[in-house]
Amino acid sequence: MDYEKLGLMMGLEIHQQLNTTKKLFCPCECELTDKKPDYHVLRYLRPTQSELGKIDRAAFEESRRELTFCYDAYPHHTCLVETDDEPPHPLNQEALEIGLIIATLLNMTVVDEFHTMRKQVIDGSNTGGFQRTGLLAIQGHIDTPYGKVVIENLGLEEDAARRMGQRKGKVEFRLDRLGIPLLEITTDPSMNRPEQVREVAYQIGQVLRSTRVKRGLGTIRQDLNISIREGARVEVKGVQDLDSMEQLVKNEVTRQLKLLEIMDELKKREAQVEDTIHDLGETLKDTESKIIAKALKKDGKVLAIKLNGYKGLIGKEVQPGRRFGTELAGYAKKMGVAGIFHTDELPAYGITSHEVELINGFLKIGENDAFILVADEGDKARNALEEVQRRAIMALDGVPEETRKALDDANTEYLRPLPTASRMYVETDIPTQVVSRELLEYVQANLPELPKEKEARIIKEYNLSEDLAHQLVRQDRTEQFEEIVAECGVEPTTVASLLAYTLKELRREGLDVEDLSDSLKGTFQLLKQGKISKDAVSDVLVGVLKENWTPEEAAGNLNLLMLSEENVRDIIVEIVSSNEKLITERKMGAMGSLMGMAMKELKGKADGKLVNKFLKEEIQKYL
Amino acid sequence: MSYRGRAKEFLKSQNISIGDIISIKKDDTEYMGMLLDRAEDADELHIVLKMDSGYNVGIALTGSEVKLLEKGDKPEINLPLLEIKRDPEKMDVSIISTGGTVASIIDYKTGAVHPAFTADDLLRATPELLDEANISGKAIMNILSENMKPEFWVQSARAVADEITEGADGVVVAHGTDTMHYTAAALSFILETPVPIIVTGAQRSSDRPSSDAFINLMSSVAMAKSDIAEVTVCMHATENDNQAHIHRGTRVRKMHTSRRDTFNSINSPPLASVKDGRVKIIDKTFTPRKRGECQLDVNDSLEEKVGFIKSYPGIAAELLDYHIDNGYRGILMEGTGLGHCPDHLIPSLERAADEEIPVVMTSQCLYGRTNLNVYSTGRKILSSGVISVGDMLAETAYVKLVWALGQTNQLEEVKTIMQTNLKGEMDEKSSSKYFLRDYGE
Repeated sequence: MDYEKLGLMMGLEIHQQLNTTKKLFCPCECELTDKKPDYHVLRYLRPTQSELGKIDRAAFEESRRELTFCYDAYPHHTCLVETDDEPPHPLNQEALEIGLIIATLLNMTVVDEFHTMRKQVIDGSNTGGFQRTGLLAIQGHIDTPYGKVVIENLGLEEDAARRMGQRKGKVEFRLDRLGIPLLEITTDPSMNRPEQVREVAYQIGQVLRSTRVKRGLGTIRQDLNISIREGARVEVKGVQDLDSMEQLVKNEVTRQLKLLEIMDELKKREAQVEDTIHDLGETLKDTESKIIAKALKKDGKVLAIKLNGYKGLIGKEVQPGRRFGTELAGYAKKMGVAGIFHTDELPAYGITSHEVELINGFLKIGENDAFILVADEGDKARNALEEVQRRAIMALDGVPEETRKALDDANTEYLRPLPTASRMYVETDIPTQVVSRELLEYVQANLPELPKEKEARIIKEYNLSEDLAHQLVRQDRTEQFEEIVAECGVEPTTVASLLAYTLKELRREGLDVEDLSDSLKGTFQLLKQGKISKDAVSDVLVGVLKENWTPEEAAGNLNLLMLSEENVRDIIVEIVSSNEKLITERKMGAMGSLMGMAMKELKGKADGKLVNKFLKEEIQKYL
Repeated sequence: MSYRGRAKEFLKSQNISIGDIISIKKDDTEYMGMLLDRAEDADELHIVLKMDSGYNVGIALTGSEVKLLEKGDKPEINLPLLEIKRDPEKMDVSIISTGGTVASIIDYKTGAVHPAFTADDLLRATPELLDEANISGKAIMNILSENMKPEFWVQSARAVADEITEGADGVVVAHGTDTMHYTAAALSFILETPVPIIVTGAQRSSDRPSSDAFINLMSSVAMAKSDIAEVTVCMHATENDNQAHIHRGTRVRKMHTSRRDTFNSINSPPLASVKDGRVKIIDKTFTPRKRGECQLDVNDSLEEKVGFIKSYPGIAAELLDYHIDNGYRGILMEGTGLGHCPDHLIPSLERAADEEIPVVMTSQCLYGRTNLNVYSTGRKILSSGVISVGDMLAETAYVKLVWALGQTNQLEEVKTIMQTNLKGEMDEKSSSKYFLRDYGE
């Protein structure tokens, strides 16, 4: 695909949770919990009256959608700030400082005075009905092999509540995530190659990892803005996996191209969407389709619309496995119906070809015309078809601007229209804060090492292999590594390889290696003192973790303490004397087999070199 | 415009005013956006810009090069007047606003929040009220509730009385929450009312989608249509947005600085609850006055010079003496425990009695009643002439004393008034139900 020719433009938006001790506007810890909530709070949200305010009943009903929000709350894990029963506390200065570090590393200009804003969000994910957010820095850049990319904005904001589920009109959220500090980093939409987006995401990720940010699933969220010249801007939410980004971009560009093709064909056919919504209750009253029969039985309706000139196009694939009909269905589903039936897939789903004929007759369907059918409660079905009409009309203009959700198969699915003029107003409960130039200078003078710099330094300083150094940095174990080497004086490569590889293996076996803390040092001290061998380190740690022993106890109990030279010699003498025959036959050639036997017995309890030396001496005594 | 000092001078010299689109260059960075007004208490070294992204930022003037890009108008809010037809089938409810923001308007162009006080503003924000009743609204004053004083109670009472005279079937008074219970008590004593009078407000301001104002107002209007012709306070019953409690105006107290269920009835259960527009009586021991049972009457002469003293370890007698020497006509004491104060205050209490200044004793325990017969200090305090008022809340007793002294200047009569239950403010019986604590044990 020639992206350049297509005029592909992409911008990246990254949300990263910070690893602060407290939340952005209250003293709660920034940890999620799976504990059963202790109580629930029930709330409604109403949009605030704007300067354009009229008594617009319809708008009110629509915006409320009669949703009740139910928040999972805890007496101590969360507090009254999250339940919106206490004003926010002053801005978390630790989070601000991390923001300043990131701003500096991204070559940005920090604002002189930070203003906390309210961004109205009434889907319930924020108990106040708005997200608190502020602009911390602007106009930075990073360099990539594909050119310079401008970082437009760095925002400091609070994370939203965690959505747990929805039953009918009641949406459940958990308050644990609400208020965790987030940095929002947005680039300009100048990127035109998927590899570049990947590179930028990677580089920003590296910068973020140089300081106190959360790690792991769900702690970083990436959105991609994407458009082609003839298409439209689409915001793809929740791009989890950088590896699938290329495919995702390809699929989205394909979708936009296909929608353009559909537009051309529709224009050629002078296609048009009829307003009328028809009731097919009479026509289909004896249908064999279970879905339709069920809807009719429950006093529902089966309604249909006519799309003149759309035949054949609704079934056209726009993304792998997704058709233009899927796009139409996406809009219908927002109104609460399970799906739609369309001409291009019928007869099917129990709707017979005879019934299709009946419908075609009833709706006076022409050669190129299509119909869409929905069976559900009357209002729901009607709203759904109105949405389908709206979307079908948009198809005449090509690609609509939308917010879409990234799917696991690198496709995207309709979420909501793009947010219009951002509804932001001041958070009057938080005073504005001058970002002190002294603080900024302090931050600039004490920047953390970037991962790449750190890697280069430890390779040089400790003579580590590139791979080991890379692993230590990636796993965020450099600090631990340097501490152990400094305190225990063990050979750096040994420490590094244990931290980088052995711990990973132990974790894979289901052990919680983060519990080790001081036992790691204890174990390395045993190694330094010659009390255990290199090979025994891993087993000692397993003992520590599984049995809750100290490293000494583990070494003792597991019989891993090194034997004295005298004991080692005794064992070797024993081995040699019971293998006299072998030695007579093979002379020094018996060395290999005997060494194997000796090590089997002495592994972890004696140094291999020592065993080798004693064995040689003992064999020679027989020759 | 709220810019002061240097910033004001600077903007003036550049001929830039609020609403203009400007560019500010600083080193290598250029900010572009609309100049906004600045909070009055903020410094004079920064100016505020609303950027295209919707964010506001403050930019220090030092080293800034400012350019006017486009002259703008200071945005004004001009909402169309409402034309609402009266529905003869519905009851007439008046809403009187004393301050606090019952409704707010957000100007999305600048992001400014404008408090709105008119009835129209209120109805624009809460059109559902019109389903319940014919609503007429009046903003009679605009003060924060901590700035309330007895003369404003009188003003409010008269405004309520006017609405009743003009035919309102119920009156809702929108009020800041801090001293809402004082005003509710004052209205209770000043007014004999044939219709429900409900004081309500919001703990979360109406400029947020989560404001509790909506449920409180809707529940208040439901209560205003009921047959309970009492002065009550209507606020959230719990942290949830689905139920309000109706408290007697003389029994209620703000118990939490920020929660929406901050108002509790003390030494009594709430009078009623309102859920989904239905009013349900909770306190079956209290016989509320019914709609139309009495004629409207206004007894609004008050005595403002009443002191309010809390006893505490280390209190000096001079606090009492100060009030006596400075012409205070009455003193409300919030004693410790059963209604005590240190015995070294007794000579001053006797002085007050000699000067015919009533001293009324309540308890800072909030829950329970005063009883000055149990300990010797109590008996001494009692024989110095102090008036003990049982389970009446200190704030209610203060308001009642202000009112009683307006009705008479005879010490004995004041004592009788203070110790007679007039508006459900006191009760002889203490129930184990009236003391709430739940630690989930």
